[in-house]
Amino acid sequence: MAATPYVSLDRVGKTYLSARGPVAALENISLDIRPREFISVVGPSGCGKSTLLKLVGGLENITSGRVTVAGKVLDGTPDRLGMVFQRDVLLDWRTILDNVLLSIEFTRKPRADERERAKALLNRFGLGGFEHRFPWELSGGMRQRASICRALLADPELLLMDEPFGALDAMTRDDLNVELAQIWQDTRKTLLFITHSIVEAVFLSDRVVMMSKAPGVIVDTIAIDLPRPRRLAVRDSAEFAAYVHRIRHHFAELGIVKE
Amino acid sequence: MMRFVRKWLGGDNETRDVVVVLSAALLLWEAGVHLFKPSPLILPAPSAIFAAFLETPGLFMRHLGFTLGMTCIGFALAVVLGVALAVGIVYSRFLERTIYTLLVALNSIPKVALAPLFVIWMGTGPEPKIAIALMLAIFPIVIDTVLGLRSVDPDMLHLARVSKASPWAVLTKIRFPCALPSLFAGMKVAISFALVGAIVGEFVAGSQGIGFQILVAQGQFDTIRVFVSLLLLGLVGTVLFFLVDYAERLLLPWHVSQRARHERSAERV
Repeated sequence: MAATPYVSLDRVGKTYLSARGPVAALENISLDIRPREFISVVGPSGCGKSTLLKLVGGLENITSGRVTVAGKVLDGTPDRLGMVFQRDVLLDWRTILDNVLLSIEFTRKPRADERERAKALLNRFGLGGFEHRFPWELSGGMRQRASICRALLADPELLLMDEPFGALDAMTRDDLNVELAQIWQDTRKTLLFITHSIVEAVFLSDRVVMMSKAPGVIVDTIAIDLPRPRRLAVRDSAEFAAYVHRIRHHFAELGIVKE
Repeated sequence: MMRFVRKWLGGDNETRDVVVVLSAALLLWEAGVHLFKPSPLILPAPSAIFAAFLETPGLFMRHLGFTLGMTCIGFALAVVLGVALAVGIVYSRFLERTIYTLLVALNSIPKVALAPLFVIWMGTGPEPKIAIALMLAIFPIVIDTVLGLRSVDPDMLHLARVSKASPWAVLTKIRFPCALPSLFAGMKVAISFALVGAIVGEFVAGSQGIGFQILVAQGQFDTIRVFVSLLLLGLVGTVLFFLVDYAERLLLPWHVSQRARHERSAERV
């Protein structure tokens, strides 16, 4: 706990102006994310968890409070940031390799070693041999793997993931959970992960942040003390089940899910 | 033999469909003229039209070349100016409020009616023809390109911001390629409009072009030569349209509409 947080939200609020007056999306959000910590945010639809992610990414302005990233009060998008969205947003006219290189190409021409790194990353995510294919020739799971490679290529300190596996089928999703756990284990990025799935959150995270809606507030934060590296089998353990139960039970008490 | 014909007719082949349908129409036309014998002043037979073309092919080709030149110059200018305007409109709130509003308003008036004005402004040389072709062609290009430049996935733009992309990089790497399918849709409409514009320009004033040829033939009640001009125009219009279509297929093999084509041809193999 002694380490200074990499990301710090201090009583952050976000209010949208609508035709019927201001709508509070987020209220009084305080959260510290330590360097190299994996944090998941779970909550019902419309609780503002995606908004929370966009605030940290500097993609939307905060209404009140303060966000600090790497010791600097946020002004625009923070440096060394990688982002993965629910849709893979790969460009159809670029090959998989060129899509991965895009995060660098936005600012300069990629160097030869960066091209090699991109290929190595694709290899590692099981996309070796698909470098010169186009996104529309690949399955949803493969496309999302490529978009994770794109986020990792510029070697970010902070990764923001907005329900990246929400659109995938259950089996592909399990695969990608394991692969993400592994890559996080190896690279130890600071990771803020938004999801609907309690099981996914418990499996991946060091801490799970629970949110409630209208307005979006943090209702609880639960530390997940399961051994790493985690394999899929950990989901069959009694401890895992206890964490999932505890979170679901808490949501049920709040009237957000039925038990 | 019959089996070969049936196989040839049964498959899915656009070029063949065009040839078959057009030949059938010409045959029907020819047969109809021989059967009902209308006055050649009203409707000449295709064979007579073809013969009339062969009398002075050089003359027709020279006038056709002029019309084609006016059309292509007008169209090319419309693409360059239209795309530049569209980019300006998408990036500048001011241009959107002024130019775009004005364009949309102007689009609703019949622009052909403005043709005589261009003659007053520019005389009877090539300039008013080019200008009218440009004026007709630029509307679909601007409107479709604006639409295309705007139809970018917001998350893609978020990604660009997170990667600290410059506005120029966003335009060239994301927005413009994204807009290409819409731009081509606009260009397909615009190429036909440009041809209409050139002809209208020649109708209003001048001494060259297929439009002028039609007027002269009409003055002499030379229906056959009117038809020669019309068929040549139809031919050129079709060829121009397919050239744009071909360029699209060449440049956008990744687009959904082209992918379906690839898959269809794959199924046939």
